[in-house]
Amino acid sequence: MDITLADLIPLLPLLVTTGTAVVAMITIGIKRDYGLTAVITIIGLLFAALSAAYLMPNTNSQVTPLMVVDQYSLFFTVVTCATAMFIAIFSYSYLANLDDHKEEYYLLLVIATIGAIVMVSSNHFVSTILGLETLSMSLYGMVAYPVHVKKPLKFPLEASVKYLVLSAAASGILLFGIALIYAQTGTLEFASVVNVPNITEGLDDGFTITALVLVFVGIAFKLSLAPFHMWTPDVYEGAPLPATTYLATIGKAAMFVVLLRLIEASEALTFNSFILVISLVATASILAGNLLALFQRSLKRVLAYSSIAHMGYLLIAVVASYFVQGSISVEAVTIYLVAYMIMSAGAFGVATVASSSEQEFDRIEDYKGLFWRSPWLAAVFTAMLLSLAGIPLTVGFIGKFYIFFAGVEAALWILLAVLIVGSGIGLYYYLRIVYCMLLAVDVEQKFDIALGRNISSHAVLVFLLVLLIGFGVYPAPLMAMIETISTYI
Amino acid sequence: MILVWLIGVLFLGGIIAWLSERLNPNYPRLIALITVLLDLVLMLTLLGAEPAIGGWVAAIDAPWIPRFSISFYLAADGLSVLLLLLTAFLGVIAIGSAWDEIKVRAGFFYFNLLWTLAGVLGVFTALDLFLFFFFWEVMLIPMYFIIAIWGHENKNYAAMKFFIFTQVTGMLMLVSILMLAYFHYLQNGFVSFNYHDLLTVETRGPLEMWIMLGFFIAFTTKLPSVPFHSWLPDAHSQAPTAGSVILAGILLKTGAYGLIRFAVPLFPEASKSFAPFAMTLAAISILYCAKVAFAQTDIKRLIAYTSVSHMGFVTLGVYAWNEQALQGAIMTMLAHGISAAALFMLAGGLQHRIHTRNMLDMGGFWAKVPRMAVVVLFFSIAALGMPGLGNFIGEFLALLGAFRANIPLTVISAFGLIFASVYSLWVIQKVFHGEYTNSEFDDSHLTDLTHREMVYYATMIIGLIWMGMYPQSFLALSQPVLLDLISSTEEIVNIVVQN
Repeated sequence: MDITLADLIPLLPLLVTTGTAVVAMITIGIKRDYGLTAVITIIGLLFAALSAAYLMPNTNSQVTPLMVVDQYSLFFTVVTCATAMFIAIFSYSYLANLDDHKEEYYLLLVIATIGAIVMVSSNHFVSTILGLETLSMSLYGMVAYPVHVKKPLKFPLEASVKYLVLSAAASGILLFGIALIYAQTGTLEFASVVNVPNITEGLDDGFTITALVLVFVGIAFKLSLAPFHMWTPDVYEGAPLPATTYLATIGKAAMFVVLLRLIEASEALTFNSFILVISLVATASILAGNLLALFQRSLKRVLAYSSIAHMGYLLIAVVASYFVQGSISVEAVTIYLVAYMIMSAGAFGVATVASSSEQEFDRIEDYKGLFWRSPWLAAVFTAMLLSLAGIPLTVGFIGKFYIFFAGVEAALWILLAVLIVGSGIGLYYYLRIVYCMLLAVDVEQKFDIALGRNISSHAVLVFLLVLLIGFGVYPAPLMAMIETISTYI
Repeated sequence: MILVWLIGVLFLGGIIAWLSERLNPNYPRLIALITVLLDLVLMLTLLGAEPAIGGWVAAIDAPWIPRFSISFYLAADGLSVLLLLLTAFLGVIAIGSAWDEIKVRAGFFYFNLLWTLAGVLGVFTALDLFLFFFFWEVMLIPMYFIIAIWGHENKNYAAMKFFIFTQVTGMLMLVSILMLAYFHYLQNGFVSFNYHDLLTVETRGPLEMWIMLGFFIAFTTKLPSVPFHSWLPDAHSQAPTAGSVILAGILLKTGAYGLIRFAVPLFPEASKSFAPFAMTLAAISILYCAKVAFAQTDIKRLIAYTSVSHMGFVTLGVYAWNEQALQGAIMTMLAHGISAAALFMLAGGLQHRIHTRNMLDMGGFWAKVPRMAVVVLFFSIAALGMPGLGNFIGEFLALLGAFRANIPLTVISAFGLIFASVYSLWVIQKVFHGEYTNSEFDDSHLTDLTHREMVYYATMIIGLIWMGMYPQSFLALSQPVLLDLISSTEEIVNIVVQN
């Protein structure tokens, strides 16, 4: 198949991102300049996001069998590139004092973003695997990045190896599931799964279900759904904060988009046992995530466990998609993912702004009295936490509202009960952090919050806060956009 | 439009009060007071307004979230206006009670206070159920901050418990609201959260009962009623005085309002069959919490339990669902709002003076603080239901109406009035009578009420006497609303019976 220029236009965001990586690499080769590399990265990602936004209104094409560039994938390309850009901005001040070569970090970040863009545009197992491995490989590097520092504060190497081994195992399971499907159909499109039982006489549903469950388990590993969540808190804790942010936002969202497309295209939910598997995983994730978060003292671990619970909430909407007419549950997944990315990026962002590669502040006690030391940072953090808890005025509530609505329409009473119990438990650990910030200031100065040091990071926080509250109070524009794009799934 | 102003003024005033702290630490309280007074004046214009069709004196309806046909729909009728006035009145009182007590971070305190009031006004006027839920949750956050920052020794526990109780039961209500909206979609082809639309939704059978229970649990948690009451004593005993005033005087009433406006009219049939259970819970609340109150040594916890006991009369009245009983419920809401707020202020005043709430350490205060003693005596007597004061009218009417609906439960509940006398007078005896003994606390600040405090209590006393002597001025406002609600629910129940 020939690729024409017209085919390349929908790939513009991907090409821009790739170009950014190349330019950044050549620049590093000519002259090591930390500021310049960062600026190239940020501008490149900005252009990628803008080009995707520009293409969005009237692009809907299948570019090669591997990638589908429709409004839905372009929407997530915008979200991904924008988030990657924010993380690059957070990284700049975080890594500024790193006692090592710092420039390659941005290369890894851009390459990971390429992987994420491929994933959100994929409706074919090959592109899924390519995108996923590109993303994961770069993330191993990002997680382990400060390993050469003379006095590493955490254990980046341990985290990286743990992530590498478990992630590779998960990929293996995923590939085995894919192989089972390929063995029967001979194609690797998501939609081909539908035909598996029809192709071979005498092969009943059990084969398809096995294949689908294996694929789902592989994906569940990456999404850190219980009971495949063990790696999450350790990797989150050991990784440098910007890498954690990347893992928690883009890493999760890109994988979830793949899962959503796969489940919708393969009609996997026509099997009752598959619905049961997803429901059980959702229940386990919500309960395990929320309960285990109660006992954590490290902020990163709390957010890690809470992300497990949030992925569980999202699965409820996925299950609902089978029972509900129309696109409401796809919208629910989409809006919740967007909300989740905003609030996770914001919550980790606050911690990143407070920390640096020399010293990370991730114990909850470090934030004691933050309300009185730095009202601005504390206000952002509180808003993000309340949003994670699903309190109105924030976009987190809108997301939860959608999930409730999808659940009610699908009459998933047990899952809704689990969601209510989980959110109730969740309130406790979110409020515990808020309360800690409200306490009187300790004499001992915990961290320096000079505003001038990283004005651009604060600007990102302002932007995220505006999105969080803006979409929380007046969500109509976001809802309208998501309603349109969700028809493409 | 005026309703938007009422809420908007408070939101804005809160922000200005917060910012003004930088200029002068005394500005926030002044700005808060001016804001709430301004609101009160704006509300008074509603009293003269000519009601439109349906009895709404003011309304605004603007599209908000078209995806779910959610609109920004606020409207007020006589019932709402009464509660709005109570909110603003107690708002002023609460600011007065905080005037000298809150010294630390005053700006943020008044910000939270005004935002809580704004949320409450929203709850009392929202007629879009999504918007209602929105305000219902929005008023929690500032209240959480009030308890968690300016509370007493065990504030974290109390604030957390308050928040989790109301939030979790709120989510049950959200599920119920969504189910109603979805039923509307099934029956009429489009999703709606509009109150008038949802009134026409036909839900039948066991599902109606489940949906109703979602509302019932959320509202009775806020009210509160046994068995969802256990957050209240903790929240009250730990909250600063102004927080208690708002909590007891206003926030509890949002639960009662929800029952009258939403829980019963939306589900007339299920409510009718559920009424005996609800009234039993009410009777248990009245008697059990009166008994528990008697066992308290912490004066604020005691008043908190009496609140639960008195709110039992409201549940009783609402589920009797006839005009007298409902009028009684509303009068109880208003009168209890004032008397409980006053008692919490007095208890807070005592704590401020002697730094303890333990009644075992108190005694013989009459000689030291005679004015305070008289005021406490007045409000205790009002709370126990002395004829001539507002609480009597409310509880008497509630019992009178409930007698027509369920005789045995009414007879049992009526014993609550006797228990109320016992614990009220016990407090007076314990704290103010007897020998003045002082072993446990520093009494150098045990001074009598100041003139400023006397002004607050005097206005509240006048309010209670007015309610007791000429209740018609309040009853007349709520009567048309209640008659409307009763006739519309009876219509639906009759249709069901005929079928």
